[in-house]
Amino acid sequence: MDELTKVVRDYVVREYLEEGDDREITETTPLISGGIVDSFSMVSLRRFLEKKYSIHIPDEAATPQAFDTVQSIVALVRKFQMAAPTSA
Amino acid sequence: MSNPPAYQELIANFDWAIAERELGYATGGPINIGAMCSDRLCSQGLADKPALLWEDYQGNEKRFTYDDIRVLSNTIAHFLCGLGIHPGERVCLFLDRVPELYIGFLGILKMGAVAQPLFSAFGEESLSVRLCDAGTSAIITQKKHLYKVRKIRNKLPSLRHIIVVDADGSPAQQGEVSFQMDQVPRIQQFPVYPTTAESPSVLHYTSGTTGQPKGAQHVHYSIIAQYLTAKWALDLRPDDIYWCNADPGWVTGTSYGIIGPWSNGITQVVLDSGFIAERWYEFIEKYRVTVWYSAPTAIRLLMKEGVEVVRKHDLSGLRHLASVGEPLNPEAVIWSQEVFNKPFHDTFWQTETGCIVIANLPGMTIKPGSMGKPFPGITATVLDPKTCEPINQPGVAGLVALRPGWPSQVRTYWNNEAGFKAKFKNGWYLCGDRASIDADGYFWFMGRDDDVINTGGHLVGPFEIESALLGHPAVAESAAVAKPDPVNMEVVKAYVTLKPGFKPSDDLELEIMNNIRRRLSPLAMPQEIEFTDFLPKTRSGKIVRRILRCKEFNEPVGDLSTIMEE
Repeated sequence: MDELTKVVRDYVVREYLEEGDDREITETTPLISGGIVDSFSMVSLRRFLEKKYSIHIPDEAATPQAFDTVQSIVALVRKFQMAAPTSA
Repeated sequence: MSNPPAYQELIANFDWAIAERELGYATGGPINIGAMCSDRLCSQGLADKPALLWEDYQGNEKRFTYDDIRVLSNTIAHFLCGLGIHPGERVCLFLDRVPELYIGFLGILKMGAVAQPLFSAFGEESLSVRLCDAGTSAIITQKKHLYKVRKIRNKLPSLRHIIVVDADGSPAQQGEVSFQMDQVPRIQQFPVYPTTAESPSVLHYTSGTTGQPKGAQHVHYSIIAQYLTAKWALDLRPDDIYWCNADPGWVTGTSYGIIGPWSNGITQVVLDSGFIAERWYEFIEKYRVTVWYSAPTAIRLLMKEGVEVVRKHDLSGLRHLASVGEPLNPEAVIWSQEVFNKPFHDTFWQTETGCIVIANLPGMTIKPGSMGKPFPGITATVLDPKTCEPINQPGVAGLVALRPGWPSQVRTYWNNEAGFKAKFKNGWYLCGDRASIDADGYFWFMGRDDDVINTGGHLVGPFEIESALLGHPAVAESAAVAKPDPVNMEVVKAYVTLKPGFKPSDDLELEIMNNIRRRLSPLAMPQEIEFTDFLPKTRSGKIVRRILRCKEFNEPVGDLSTIMEE
């Protein structure tokens, strides 16, 4: 598991899995459809990603599908990392 | 297939006795929602008809006939009696949308206890406040939510039993008991408790501007209105496959996710899954859903996903679409007409009304953006805020008010009769909303008349959020207000002043947001926090949320004469 995937997965486990919930979160565990993250909670997850990776995720890209798995979230972050202007 | 009757035809000589007759209720006799929604249908020859077709996010399916829900609700009722739960005691359902939630609701009512459904995403603080106020005796939950219950248990002296529906071993702690619905012996016959019209049935918590959430106490007679409004406003017919998106943790999920369809003998489908547009369309197609009761927030999310995903599915089974939660914007009505070839019919009601009170009824000309007209048997108007007299001039904004006396009207607020009485003025029940009525009698929603935040169709009280914010070590003062949002209509925004030693930062904002989400719920989490040096206050020191709300909505703030100058 690469570093980005690990960071996203660990954040999801720490922030969104209820204490005592021993479900394993893999890269493909459904987060939105599985009820772990909902559309309201997505806001704080998006805020975390934007800050951590200095990216901007536009509203039209912040869809439930894009946030449904660790894998899709990682893909989203990578897409906007590539789109972000590099600092001088 | 007959066309729905015209509005004038429906209201002519209307009497709630129509529903009493159809449900076989005799004035003064026993009436029990649990039995009305199961035993009664079986005795009418519907025992083998599917009552619930359930599916989870992984595609696991369960099917229950009306006889199944009769017997399984008997089984739950019998189990609760065996624990020593007595009629009138509150039994909380703290479950995801699993079959035990729907069938357990009937079981609780059958043995005479009061069902207290709570949204399973509630954090421990939201849960604790509501269980404590209700003096809840038992809670039915799942393993995944057990930890929250355990954490607050020592604050809840009335809570004697924690019933876990999916425990795979013996109970771990004292007071916890396992109940696996599909493994215990089925109880074929159960002596339904002879509740009467005014016997308490359901306790739904709802938020107000001041104080903690209030428990809206409903009674078994409410089924009279829920049955008929489901039949007429949602146009339910015997062969329908009905899908209500609402979670029974909220009133729509019980009035129209359990009582309405099942009292009408309808087959309903339930998807225990978070929102994914593709999944929803697959579900509608797979089950050939004919009547769909959704919410503006969900509809706007679907609009955002575009029409391509719709075109991939055969949704031709859909016959009637309706919506509730917050005003349905005209664009959504027009979009559904274009995409589904039929419009969403907006309906208006709230926890306290127990049933739809204003609606775009089937067959009525829809004015996109309008709430519709009063349901037959409901006298609705808008009142002048100063005189509390009805406004007779079309297009003038006033307070939405209902003449008391419909069957599913809230009977009181639990432990808060004064708060309940305050909802009535000049012989009218005040809904807390502002609207106008046009020359054709259509109501047009204009906004809340208080500080309650309507987010995604759910009312969130600012007091509860502000109390939780003050529990954060960095927060000195706070104000929670509504902020406009294109999808959820409103979201929570918090204004916060910090204690000495704390400085505003993105990290702190995120930390506070997550803190509120965990303690209260994702709905209550501020989606934005504005750190400020001071909050507007009256000369007596009370924070004036109105000014902050006006700022968010770009509205004039009005009279500021009582505001303290900084």
